[in-house]
Amino acid sequence: MRPDDRKYLETHEWAKVSGDTALIGLTDFAIHELCSGNEGDLVYCDLPETGRTLEVGETFGEIESVKAVADLNSPVEGEVIEVNEAIEDHLEILSSDPWEQGWMIKVKLTQKSVDHLIDAEAYESMLAEQS
Amino acid sequence: MDKDLLLYEKSRAGRRTLRLGKLDVPAADTSDLPLRENPPDLPEIAELELVRHYVRLSKKNVSIADSFYPLGSCTMKYNPVANEAAAGIGGFRAAHPLLDAGRCQGVLAVMKRVEEFLAAVTGLPCVTLHPAAGAQGELSALLVANAHFAARGDGGRTKVLIPDSAHGTNPASAAVAGLDPVTVRSGEDGLVDVGDLDAKLGADTAVFMVTNPNTLGLFEPEIAAICEKVHAVGGLVYMDGANLNALMGIARPADFGVDMMHTNLHKTFSTPHGGGGPGAGPICVTEELGRFLPVPRVVEDEGGFRLETDAPDSIGMLRGWSCNFGVILRAYAYMRRLGPEGVRRVAENAVINANYLRVRLRDAFHVPFDGLCMHEFVATTRHQRTGGVHAIDVAKRLIDLGHHPMTVYFPLVVNEAMMVEPTETETKETLDAFVEDMLLIAEEAREHPDRLHDAPVTTPVGRLDEGRAVKEPVLRFRRG
Repeated sequence: MRPDDRKYLETHEWAKVSGDTALIGLTDFAIHELCSGNEGDLVYCDLPETGRTLEVGETFGEIESVKAVADLNSPVEGEVIEVNEAIEDHLEILSSDPWEQGWMIKVKLTQKSVDHLIDAEAYESMLAEQS
Repeated sequence: MDKDLLLYEKSRAGRRTLRLGKLDVPAADTSDLPLRENPPDLPEIAELELVRHYVRLSKKNVSIADSFYPLGSCTMKYNPVANEAAAGIGGFRAAHPLLDAGRCQGVLAVMKRVEEFLAAVTGLPCVTLHPAAGAQGELSALLVANAHFAARGDGGRTKVLIPDSAHGTNPASAAVAGLDPVTVRSGEDGLVDVGDLDAKLGADTAVFMVTNPNTLGLFEPEIAAICEKVHAVGGLVYMDGANLNALMGIARPADFGVDMMHTNLHKTFSTPHGGGGPGAGPICVTEELGRFLPVPRVVEDEGGFRLETDAPDSIGMLRGWSCNFGVILRAYAYMRRLGPEGVRRVAENAVINANYLRVRLRDAFHVPFDGLCMHEFVATTRHQRTGGVHAIDVAKRLIDLGHHPMTVYFPLVVNEAMMVEPTETETKETLDAFVEDMLLIAEEAREHPDRLHDAPVTTPVGRLDEGRAVKEPVLRFRRG
């Protein structure tokens, strides 16, 4: 079971809300699919500048492996106030710890409700349906 | 260790392949010429070493000339020897782009006839041979669209709508043309999601870029209605002609509403490709858009053929000269030998071959859109998941078994995609041999998945670290 302290977007981004901010990252499933389990296959992750405002579903960056490029879509609405600079030089943290160290951006929420997102259980069943 | 040295590494001072005879005429006065002070740093090699060097390298090459090459979306068909014979004709081979028209009527005639042939195949009457590849064709057409909207005072058309199954060049060309690419989703059936297209069409729509058949090998059954919708909001329809091999002689894109498209002569019309060129991506447009095409243009009148540069509405010159003529000439030879009926049979056989492979492989491999396909189809490794086998493993194992792999991980809308395009030029025996090896791979995925993970083992180097190659590329040889 994936962490239930956060919510998920169908395109595999997670949002962990705390007060009026949220950390955004990408699930282990998406990372694994991108690099076929070989963490060296991740080659690039493009993250936004701080200060950028995001709508729900808006593309805020992209992640690239040797086999594909995927958009990163924002699960929340708000302003980017912090970017995880460690990722650029250490893409491997995305696969080794996608839930904590592998957070990508921190967003100050302008819309606090995240009811449009699905919970861990619904995300799990979505994955089960796809496989 | 079977290591190949570079010619520079093999070089030994004083070795050579040719010795010039003694000077038996008066020496010319070179005192006014800008002569170099030191001799150039060229390798010095004896002829036998030189011959071995290139023959050994050629044996490591993989091409359609030595193996089945089902690289999806690339149409790796056979390039007939007759094409090369045509390209070797002295008058063509030695023609220089600065020759005046009177001295190269044959060259200009070939260009004009190829334009006419492409107009007949696409139904779009105005053609330019300038673009050196499909992507440059896309860019040229988008510049034509920009000129068209500017000429009618229709500003504010900034969006290019592109399905998510498209080739990556489509959004790239839009961005280079100064326009904003917008993604249109594919539906569950792998086709354009018309609802999503409707939501995105508007007064800011410049062009809808569609690949038909699409990269899943599916013909868009709603294409005529889709083109009407784009026209209704004042936009133009561009067709990525990468997959024309499935349609030519059967369906003309102009008849279902396409305004502009490119054709890949180096794919559909059999000229050699791979390795980065040269290619040819002529574009064909409607009568209305013809005045914007690049210059110079080939004109045929009472006096014969000539190049015309006086065209005030033209987007201008796209490249140094008029076209990659050697490619145009090979395409001409191919078109003339096939004729209209032959061209139709090409498309029919390409579709039959792809469907034959799809049906023979669909039990062993998951085929996500398992209806009649066009010239190619997409399978996946979903059934092989439990063995930890991915599309890349199947591709690498195919190398060991003597086939060039299919395209993998494209289109992006399908997970673990393996895109197979056999082309019309293969025999049933070759297709059957490929099927047998794919079935063997499916069995190995169950019984011996390590064989797939370890592949390739028959090549000069084994599995490459593609991630490191991207992150730490070594692009320049350094003498050790």
